[in-house]
Amino acid sequence: MTELNELYQEVLLDHNRNPRNFKALDNPSGEIEGYNPLCGDKYTVFVRVNDNVIEDIGFEGAGCAISKASASMMTDAVKGKTKEEVDEIYEDVHRMLTNSSNDTDAVAKLGKLAALSGVAAFPMRVKCATLAWHAMRVAMQGENDKISTE
Amino acid sequence: MKTSILASQETGNTKGVPGADDFDVQRIRADFPILQRSVRGKPLIYFDNAATAQKPAVVIDSVDTYYRSMNANINRGVHYLGEQATLAYDDAREKIREFINAEDAREIVFVRGTTEAVNLIANTYGRKNIGKDDEIVITAMEHHSNIVPWQLLCEATGAKLRVVPITDDGELRLDEFEKILSERTKLVSVVYISNALGTVNAVKEIIDRAHRLGIPVMIDGAQSTPHCAIDVRRLDCDFYAFSGHKLFGPNGIGVLYGKVKFLDALPPFQGGGDMIRSVTFERTTYKDSPHKFEAGTPNISGAIGLGAAVDYVSCIGMTRIAEYERYLLKYATDKLAEVDGIKIIGTAKEKAGVISFVCDDVHPHDIGTVLDLDGIAIRAGHHCTQPLMERLGLVATARASFSFYNTFDEIDYFIDAVRRMLKVFKR
Ligand SMILES: Cc1ncc(COP(=O)(O)O)c(C=O)c1O
Repeated sequence: MTELNELYQEVLLDHNRNPRNFKALDNPSGEIEGYNPLCGDKYTVFVRVNDNVIEDIGFEGAGCAISKASASMMTDAVKGKTKEEVDEIYEDVHRMLTNSSNDTDAVAKLGKLAALSGVAAFPMRVKCATLAWHAMRVAMQGENDKISTE
Repeated sequence: MKTSILASQETGNTKGVPGADDFDVQRIRADFPILQRSVRGKPLIYFDNAATAQKPAVVIDSVDTYYRSMNANINRGVHYLGEQATLAYDDAREKIREFINAEDAREIVFVRGTTEAVNLIANTYGRKNIGKDDEIVITAMEHHSNIVPWQLLCEATGAKLRVVPITDDGELRLDEFEKILSERTKLVSVVYISNALGTVNAVKEIIDRAHRLGIPVMIDGAQSTPHCAIDVRRLDCDFYAFSGHKLFGPNGIGVLYGKVKFLDALPPFQGGGDMIRSVTFERTTYKDSPHKFEAGTPNISGAIGLGAAVDYVSCIGMTRIAEYERYLLKYATDKLAEVDGIKIIGTAKEKAGVISFVCDDVHPHDIGTVLDLDGIAIRAGHHCTQPLMERLGLVATARASFSFYNTFDEIDYFIDAVRRMLKVFKR
């Protein structure tokens, strides 16, 4: 696989073209706008947490393929999960994105999210991939606010 | 220094562009060590010249030589090295005076770059002459460095910022400019060549119109100085700023040109050593320009390096450089316009070697990353011109910007890479 195909994997491009859960929620328990001033990526992540579980999640906004696909995959990955499970997924994804010596076992455990692993080789783009994840984590606390990668 | 770039047998492939043939780009490329390296296993194609330019060996060597054989502080020691360093620093100032055809070396103030030059004028000329309800006129295509210092001044003084609008092609609305000018206008500050769009503004006309009303004009020459011959006396601008690093010189050195009659009347910018005539705790008197504006130990090696850069481009000739870059721009624009799905942003009649573009299916940052994998360095983002991006309804563009060491072959390779990228994102 070339570096290009490793970064822009088919799964990632598909999520970019057809983002999942690409919608606002009517009565979210938390809603956070995440902004990456470097790229201008801007997304709002909506969550509805009920009884410690992410009952529904959606996002809106625009940005590069990596940020959008990562946001889309994130919504798929955390929907229906408990806060503790979400924390664990988040930790694993974060490790994958910031550790370029990819531990293959840990990446395999991430399933579809492993399609984001190519980003680790591009330090300038890691913030694109983590943007919606950060927003989701803050939104889960029931906050309504804006956050920035800077 | 011997850099006569005469026509030779081994010219770069100029793709039959008439007139480009006698420009020996391969010999020029040999002068730039970094152009010999590869990036991600591919030959480096450096198309980010509007952000910063690469340095010829003569510039790198001049800085190296200064530190190896001449390093001393200037304008103070009586010792030999101090004298040598002072002479070299003054010599650099003289080279720059000649390069932009200023009348007097006292009009050449060394600063950190364009940004500091604008801040200097805002804090000296602005604080002295601009008050409540006065107006400063800029344009919709300014770099943040020609916006924010004026906003800070407006906040401090109650003055107002007026913005000359642009057309969708990225040209200034000179009719609107005329209407904005009034007796409240205390300064016009305009970018000569837009770093985001490549538009070459009709600054001579702007200066003349403002002068008819007695309004001084500052020119942001960050992008014009490396790409066309500058004659500040012909332009008749009152202030002119540029950055050394975009002119093939070192980082952290730049120039503010100001007419003597203005500079002499201005208060100092920063206080400290080297800028004073005498200091007592009761009263301090200042030196004349330029020393009044150069407090503290300046960037001596930077000034010397910039002097070497100016020598280097002067040997080639700014007019020839501008001509060659015009061929490159036309060639690249025509080729890119043929690519389906790419839209060029900034289609002014007068343009310099900058092509901003967007693509429906691919975000500029993804374009930047994909091209980087092919060894091609372009810029993606808002180019420090957020108000301009907003005016154009964009958050970012991808931007290829050329210099005289770029080649037609590189442009072909770039166009192929853009086509490959589109295929990847559409698959
Ligand atoms: C048009 C223009 N003005 C001002 C600047 C600021 O220059 P510097 O960062 O060297 O001070 C730049 C550089 O990006 C520019 O392109």
